Amino acid sequence: MNYTVKLDIFEGPLDLLLYLIRKNEVDIYDIPIALITEQYLEYLDLMTVLNLDIAGDFLVMAATLAKIKSKMLLPPSVDSEEGEEEDDPRAELMEHLLEYQQYKEVADRLKNRELLEKDIFTRIQIEEHIPELDKNSAVIEASLFDLVDALKKVIERKDLPGNLMEVAVEKISVREKIGEILSTVKKNQQIIFQSLFDGLSTKYEIVVAFLALLELIRLRAIKVFQVHPHGEIRIIALDRDVRIDTILY
Amino acid sequence: MEQPNVHNEKAKYIIECLIFASEVPLTIEKIKDVLEDKSKKELKELVKELIEDYHNLERGIFIREVAHGYQFCTKPEYAQLIHKLRKSKPYHLTQPTLETLAIVAYKQPVTKAEVELVRGVDCTGVLKSLLEKKLITFQGRKDVLGRPFLYGTTSRFLEVFGLTDLSSLPSIEEIKQLKEADLPLLEQETQ
Repeated sequence: MNYTVKLDIFEGPLDLLLYLIRKNEVDIYDIPIALITEQYLEYLDLMTVLNLDIAGDFLVMAATLAKIKSKMLLPPSVDSEEGEEEDDPRAELMEHLLEYQQYKEVADRLKNRELLEKDIFTRIQIEEHIPELDKNSAVIEASLFDLVDALKKVIERKDLPGNLMEVAVEKISVREKIGEILSTVKKNQQIIFQSLFDGLSTKYEIVVAFLALLELIRLRAIKVFQVHPHGEIRIIALDRDVRIDTILY
Repeated sequence: MEQPNVHNEKAKYIIECLIFASEVPLTIEKIKDVLEDKSKKELKELVKELIEDYHNLERGIFIREVAHGYQFCTKPEYAQLIHKLRKSKPYHLTQPTLETLAIVAYKQPVTKAEVELVRGVDCTGVLKSLLEKKLITFQGRKDVLGRPFLYGTTSRFLEVFGLTDLSSLPSIEEIKQLKEADLPLLEQETQ
């Protein structure tokens, strides 16, 4: 039996290098390249033994280390002017490591802040009414992420029974649903996303409604938008006749 | 005639209502739209007083300055109970996600390739998850070969991490100094 394990400890070659530098308590400004290269390769071997997937990035770094190591073995080139110092072959790697370490530091600081939805909370934003559209306010078109997010919220709020068997009664098709949504939107001019799912009690019905919505967006029969970022998603009808035969479902 | 300080008290309560009723952090500009006769400076002063008032009272909520505005929040010590109420798990970001976010925050607008150069690993998945979490967003395309997407942080990022604006992130120089200050400490440990 094959096991594939993904270790998150060394997310990349730089992570592993920083770990080795810390472990050996060596100076990042003066890395003993032979020692570190040797240990780096040992880790790669170990990862192979453990049947871990070694990403290409690790191999690239191994090649870089080998290159630096061989450069360090060479005597300084003869034609270099006296007094002029040779570039340390480790310089580029060192700078890269230092830069990466800085961002790790920032990441730690960010993590230690009081986070929204973890340590502190604001009121959950639910708009029950549809305020009049302000002519001056910029309208943001809702992205697919917003739609999927909104769908997730709908499903969460419905608190659907997870493991119950569904008895197939009369199931509505996406095509029928498209007609239904279109007429509702045209009648009311503007509806909010959540109201599409009112009265729907099974996951099947919700998914059909969502697919119908996506199809209507594709056909440019409706437009979904928000008045401000992460706000309520609203749906309006566009003045276009939809030819049912162009519908995919 | 109305006394000016009474008037100010009233204005303070109006501001309190406005912040409470706002869905997103409320900016001074928005408050000024309602309380037109007050200057921005006066309004800032009143908001400051209001924040202090909440600070001095033993309450479960407070007002914080975040994402260019002001917002009501629950106090951190009650986080557990809110999770109990909402049956939710604490918002969690993995180390790779945080690192990538840090790079985007400091280098924005930045391309995927530039982020990957710093981290030394593929960042496709992490960037996608940051986009889904609305912590970063597309900021156009870079005018180089292939016209790659540029990424930058959102105001949601400021809200989640409780930052007033991007300049309230510690500067890279500060981080460097911090690191150097750490070094002697490490040496002491090894001795």
